Formats: sequence, structure tokens, C-alpha cells
Amino acid sequence: MDRRDFLQFAGAGLGALLLPVYGRAIAAEELLSTVDIATKKKLADAALEAAKASGASYCDVRIGRYLNQFVVTREDRVENVVNTESSGVGVRVIANGTWGFAATSIATPDAVAKAARQAVTIAKANSRLQAKPVELAPTPGVGEVSWKTPIVKNAMEVPIKDKVDLLLAVNAAAMKAGASFINSTLFLVNEQKYFASTDGSYIDQDVHRIWAPMTVTAVDKTSGKFRIRQGLSDPRGVGYEYLEPKAADKVTLPGGAVVYNNSYDMVADAIAAAKQAQEKLKARSVKPGKYDLMLDPSHLWLTIHESVGHPLELDRVLGYEANYAGTSFATLDKWKEKFQYGSDKVTLFADKIQPGSLGAVGYDDEGVKTQRWDLVSKGKLVNYQVIRDQAHILGLKASQGCCYADSWSSVQFQRMANVSLAPGEAKLSPADMIKDIENGIYIVGDGSFSIDQQRYNAQYGGQLFYEIKNGKVTEMIEDVAYQTRTPEFWNACVAVCDKDDYRLGGSFFDGKGQPGQVSAVSHGSSTARFNGINVINTARSLG
Amino acid sequence: MGILTEQEAKAILEKVVKLSKADECSAQLSGSVTGNIRYALNSVSTSGIVDDMQLGVQVAYGKRVGTATINEFDDASLEKVVRRAEELAKLAPENPEFMPALDKQDYKASATFNAKTAAITPEYRADVAAACIEPCKKEKLIAAGFLADTQSFVAIANSKGNFAYNKSTGADFTCTVRTEDGRGSGWVARNVADIDTFDAKQEIAIAMDKAKRSVDAKALEPGKYTVILEPAATAGLISFMMFGFDARQSDEGRSFLSKKGGGNKVGEKLFDERVTIYSDPWDAAAAVAPFDVQNDGLPRERVTIIDKGKVEYLQYSRYWATQKNKKAQGQPGNLIMIGGDKSTMDLVKSTKKGILVTRTWYIRLVDPQTVLLTGLTRDGTFYIENGEIKYPIKNFRFNESPVIMLNNIEELGKPVRVGDDESPFIMMIPPMKIRDFTFTSLSDAV
Repeated sequence: MDRRDFLQFAGAGLGALLLPVYGRAIAAEELLSTVDIATKKKLADAALEAAKASGASYCDVRIGRYLNQFVVTREDRVENVVNTESSGVGVRVIANGTWGFAATSIATPDAVAKAARQAVTIAKANSRLQAKPVELAPTPGVGEVSWKTPIVKNAMEVPIKDKVDLLLAVNAAAMKAGASFINSTLFLVNEQKYFASTDGSYIDQDVHRIWAPMTVTAVDKTSGKFRIRQGLSDPRGVGYEYLEPKAADKVTLPGGAVVYNNSYDMVADAIAAAKQAQEKLKARSVKPGKYDLMLDPSHLWLTIHESVGHPLELDRVLGYEANYAGTSFATLDKWKEKFQYGSDKVTLFADKIQPGSLGAVGYDDEGVKTQRWDLVSKGKLVNYQVIRDQAHILGLKASQGCCYADSWSSVQFQRMANVSLAPGEAKLSPADMIKDIENGIYIVGDGSFSIDQQRYNAQYGGQLFYEIKNGKVTEMIEDVAYQTRTPEFWNACVAVCDKDDYRLGGSFFDGKGQPGQVSAVSHGSSTARFNGINVINTARSLG
Repeated sequence: MGILTEQEAKAILEKVVKLSKADECSAQLSGSVTGNIRYALNSVSTSGIVDDMQLGVQVAYGKRVGTATINEFDDASLEKVVRRAEELAKLAPENPEFMPALDKQDYKASATFNAKTAAITPEYRADVAAACIEPCKKEKLIAAGFLADTQSFVAIANSKGNFAYNKSTGADFTCTVRTEDGRGSGWVARNVADIDTFDAKQEIAIAMDKAKRSVDAKALEPGKYTVILEPAATAGLISFMMFGFDARQSDEGRSFLSKKGGGNKVGEKLFDERVTIYSDPWDAAAAVAPFDVQNDGLPRERVTIIDKGKVEYLQYSRYWATQKNKKAQGQPGNLIMIGGDKSTMDLVKSTKKGILVTRTWYIRLVDPQTVLLTGLTRDGTFYIENGEIKYPIKNFRFNESPVIMLNNIEELGKPVRVGDDESPFIMMIPPMKIRDFTFTSLSDAV
């Protein structure tokens, strides 16, 4: 879902409903069923055989069933409850050294065989414009295997009434605490994906994700001012247990703000949001200048996403995304010379295996087993994120497993793995970290973000900003955004808290490609300190 | 599946509406065939055709509403989708803001379909890619681009006898050209209704020229500058501002159009008097469907949104219109801004000192209170002196509100048709000369 679709979706109604969901709404009980594996294997074999018979040197088949449930509320009412399903088959081939792709929503052996032949025809037609034949890194066939997100409680099994009751309780709590408005939403995703390839893999996966965002607004009618505080939850690759709060997951930060780890107290956060939105209306406007920034993981994930995750995608580095998302400053020559991406406190790793993360799967969408690897090691650039047809460019013998398609009807391509900042090795808590900051700003939650097409110049906002003076939080401030040049920013990192402070943030709808596709990705970190960062004041007057 | 005719669509929708046992039933049938080709590093990377059709059914028992959609169209599937919507409606809580189905409306047809655009073939798309790649190869430049062409239809019907049908086409082309050493980058974009008005050879020449001229960019100090913004560079900013034109948000106190003490700013002059923006579904250059599927099929009308700088129109949902005793009408599908006769280059010629901006990128809302937006220039930013483009300059980050920008107009040129990835509108936007545009930092990105 891109921003446009999301905004229209948020408007609710029949027309709005049709835009983002890529599928048909279904009754709740059908969200629980799965398609028989033998049937899927038969379909896959029909496509693989047809592709080979038409002259393909490689073929993979993805049989996908994508289930979503959305519950959308504001204040005291439910605006929409939607169940959707989209299912079909995508077939990708290599013929004449060129990729071809076709997809069908008709799940019969004849229809998928026809799609396979179409894919071969497209590949052959495009081969006249192919500069070099596709070179695939070998991936061993794994036979018939399966993987499932380790959920405790399948969110699709929770009655709609319980979900509606939760969101309306959240809204009531915020309104009681002084909010002028609240919008709260529950997004549930289940991807049932079957992958088969001419390498001899038949991989069945059942992937679950959950997100519970909210927006709380406080309006001061006399001054005409309004302020928004978004919820501080994170989308996760877990079940409904995320919304059953455990005391151990509540984290109270220096200065008193509360954030959450592996489970989320949505009602408590709504109350805090209502109070903080009102506090924001009266908070002092920041004095622009250089500050030491203390960045909470609920904020830092987005900075990692934009300034590390994207520039280290090899397709961007090579120029495949030049027309839209852009290229990257982190060029291959920088990798060869082990470019100083950050300070020696900075180790950034990629993975598709962290429990509870949005990126966690057993195998990627071209059948590669998932793993973890370093991108930046003690400050030095050491690797990128690649898929099978890119591995040879780095001299790698195998793909790292970063291939993903957001639907059976989309072509899979290189998407960001989870990219995270490794916790500091020395014992350090946020309470210890703040002690020696003389003139700083503590930022909690993600806000406005924008970065250039090579990922150098960025500007980030946040949800909550606190002034730090002489080792202590003094007061809330407003109108804060910081501007950075990526390598200078990461080289200004002087401390990272230890593993006890490590938390995940993430994006449910990261967009890339033409036509656009979305993916979900997590970014973990502990609280980190960056010295001497340029802070601007974003307040304006319209007269 | 393809594109259904009006009669075919009507036959399915009438069947659906008749099947429903609920108090009310509304249905929407839509389909599209989108062809695309994508190329990068002077080579085609992907191409394909996506053919999709969907039926959405919304039913109501009293104020309880249920919605279901399906992509199968045999009789059994039509029955199934209606029953699912009915089941969901029975489970749903009452919606106090429920609005009954629309009575029969009169819709005036809009010329949104072009047969030649609908007839684009895979060969044509490959030819467009080749027309971009080949000249670039010859000049040691690197092309990356995308062409997507769509034909689509949408039809709505309800149990009160309302029915509407619209068929449309469009094509969107973008191409980025970079120098081999990565020191220069140029871009071109064209959004057309009639593919015969598109010539890839002519367009690619623009991007190639900008790529070559942007090598060895000089750094200027960030600050306030007079800028010439090409139409594509302002489309994203204006489109963002339009999200604030919602009546309910304004009345609730959470838009830049909210008034101190309550109410909204309709009737107030907030922009330079040369700013007039209207919407007209029947505009020959930017025609859109004459009804709004986002709002139950409400008819669209010609509306003046900003008249000589004065806010004239806010968008009322059907519910909010009943609360405020206003008329609800379809949300505009296009935005047409009045300008003059001059081209972008004419505006350059009359500029003593300034900056020409080809494109803006990654625009995000920093503060909804003032519509403060941030973003960057990209793919062709040049310094102008005494009416001439003097040299390329490094890209800038801007922090600017379109409300302030539209108060700082020096001159407007001739509007051109623009589509934008992140905008729901087809737009006619003039090139603009703006004073005191705020650049806050430099970017090293090329």
C-alpha cells in the first residue's frame, strides 16, 4: 500500500475499501483455512514442466494466499471492518538469459501452465534488449519443507468483537484523558506462501504480522493550534499475544516517557498520548543549533531504515532503482576500500531470522534459506543485501535471501532484510547514558522523514522531544527536526546502550519499485547517542 | 477479463443488487488492464500486463453495514459475495454516521477514453524502451525508465436505481538518465491521455541534455532563493496541501484551514491573488470520471477551490454535509491551476538571479498546522543569471509550506498536464517563478 492508497483507505467506505486490499473480502472463518499441500505441489509441477518444455532454463512458482483483516475506528465508533483474501499463482522464468513473469488468479494446472508459457514468451521477447544474460547464484534444492511464524495466538482466530472492544476501549481512554480526537486501527496479515523451483525446492510457509497504530490529536480552539501524538507501538511478526501486555515489556525512560518491548499496552499508551498531545500544545519551541542527540529505539529504527537499510541494497547501488527510489552513495569502490560508514561503536547487521521481526521467514521468495550477516562492522562497510542474480557481482557464492514479492501477481525482487544496530558490548543503560550529556535532546518515536535519492542528506522528526541539560531531562520541547549527512551522522555515534535495552521498531508498508510494491521490515537497536547534530526549528507562521 | 462495456457491467450489477435481501444494497464493479515496461542500466529489467477485475458489495440493515469483495463473476460467486456482505452487516455495530444509498443521479459523461492509448502493445512499450536506451548508449549515458499504460472501467449501481459507468485510459512515462561516472543526472516525465501526443525520442532528449549539463555541480549556500519550479516540481507540494481542504478536519480544528476559535477559513484570502485552482471533470486536457467512487458515486462538478487567492471550496463528506447543512459532492479528480502563456524557459529568461528546479523528491509533511513540507531537488538543478542557465548546482533540501510558496509568486507560466506518484489527482500545473523559497541544507546526492 503506498501513501496514496493508505490515505484513501483511512477514509473508509466501499470505494476506499477496494483500493488497497488487492483482493476479495471473505468471511472470518475462511481466514483460518489453508490450501492442501498436495494440491499446491501438483499446480507447481504443472508450471515447472510447462516452462521447461517451452525452453526455460530456470523456473520458479509462487502459489500465494494473502489474507488481511483491518479494523478501523475513531472515537466512539467503528468505521470499517474488512476481511480480504487474494490468491493466485505467479510464475517466473529465465529464457534466452532473460527474466520473464506471468501470473494468474485461476488455480488450475492448465491455467498455471499457460502462465508459465506466457512468461517464457515475454522473456524471449525482451531478450533483444538484454545487455548480459542473467547469472543465478546456485541455491540447493531443499525438497519438501515448511516454516511458520512462531505465533502464540493466531490473530485471525480472535473474534472481531474482541478487537472492536479493545479499540473502542483505547479510544475511550484517550478521550477521557483529554484527547480531542483519536483514530485507532488494527492491521492483521497472514501470507500463506508456497514456493517451488526447478532447483528441486517445495517450500510451504505461513507468515503472520500485526500492527496497531493510533493517532491522538489535541486541539486548542482558542489559539487555533493542534498537535498530534502517534502511538508508540511497533508492527511485529507475531500473533495477537502482542496486544496482551506484560509488565516486563513496559520500559520507563529517563524523564518518564513509557515505551514498549515485546507486548503493547495500547490503552495505557492512548492515555499517555492524550496527555502528551496536550503537553505538546504548550511546549517550548526548540532553539536551533548543534545538540547531542539521545535516540530511543522507537525513533532510531526509521533512521537506520533510511540511512543504512536502503543505501545498502545492491540493486540501488548498481542503478536498477535509478529512476524512482534512486541510487546509493555507498558505491562498490567504497565497499572495496572498507569505507568508514560509522564510528567504531557502530555495527549494523542484516537478518531475516530475528524472532518477532517483520522480516523473519524460513526461506525468501526465491527459495534461499534465511540468515544473518554484517553490513557495517565496527564502523567499516563490509557487505550489502543481495539476491540470486546479484551475488556474483560481490563474488559471493550464494544469495543472502533478500528476495520478496508483495503478492502472487507481483514479480519478486530485492527487498530490505531487517537491518539493525548491534547493542553495545559494555554495560550501559539509558539512565547511565543521559548522565554525561550536557546539552542534548532526547527523541522518542518516529516522525516526519525524508532523504535524498543517494541517501546522503536526511531530515528526521519524532513524536516526543525532551531537552537534556547537565545529565537530566528538563522539559518537553517542540518543533524539532535534525538534518544529517549519513556518514557524518553514523561517525558521530559515541555510545550504544547494551543488549538489555535492545528493542525492535519497523515499517509495515515500505514502498519500492515500479510498479510499486510494499514490504514489512523491522529494525532493532538499543538507545544510541550522537554528538553535535544539527537541529532545526520547524515552526512557521502562516500570518 | 478485460474491460467490460456499459451493458455488460450493468447486467452484472443489476443481478447483484437484486440478489440482496438487505434494506439497501450498493455495488461497484471495476477492472483495469495495465501494461508496463521497466528498464535500467540500458537494459529491460521487467515488463508485464496486469489484468484485474473486482466486485465490491455493500449492504445495510438499518445502520449496520457490511462490505465484501470478490474477483469471480459466475452466478454462484455473485450470490456468495452478497451473502457475505449481509453476514458482516448483521455482525457489525450500528454506525451512527451511516448514510443511506444515493437516489438516482444524473451524470454528464466525460471523455476519458482514448482508443489509441487503449491499443498500446508490448511491442510499442519495447520500442519506447529502445528509443530511450539506444541514444543513451551512443552518448555513453545510462537510462533507467518506466512506462505504464492503463485502460480501466468502473461502474456503480444501487437498490435505489442509481447507475453510473465510466471507461478511461492514461499513460505515464518517466526516465532518468545518468552519466557513466555518476556525476550527472537528468529526468523527464510525461503523463498523457492520448498516446499520440507522446514522443519518446523528444522526451529522452530532454533527460539526456539535463544529465550532461548537470555534471560538475557547484555548491551554493542554503538560504532563500528565487526559484523557477517546473510543473512536476510543484505538483507534489500542491497535492499535499489539498489534503487540508477537508471540511470536517477544518471544522474540527486540525487543518491549516481551521479558524482560531472554531470553524473554517472559507472565504478568506490565504494566497496571492494570481492563485486560482479549480476542478472540472470535463476539462479536455485532464478529463476524469464524472462521479466519485470514494463517496458512494456522488456526481463531480466543476468547482473553484481557490479563487484569486481566496479559499472557496472545502470537501464535505455526505455525513458532514448533513451536519453542516451543506451540499456534498464528489471529491475532485483533477486540479487545474490557472497560469499564463510562458514556458519554463521563458520564465528563466526573465530571471536575473535564481535557481531552476526540475524535480522535487521525498516530500513529507513536517507540520500539518502550517503544511510545512520537506523534500529535495533532484535530477537537474541549475543556477540562473541574467536570464541564462549558468551552471549546475548541488541539490538542496527545502523546508517550505505551499501556502507560503503560493504567496510568494513572481510569475506563472503555461499549465501542463502532470501526474504524480503520490497524488490522487490529474493536474494541470504552470511552471512558477517563486521568490524566497527556503532551502535549508545541501545534498551531495546526484
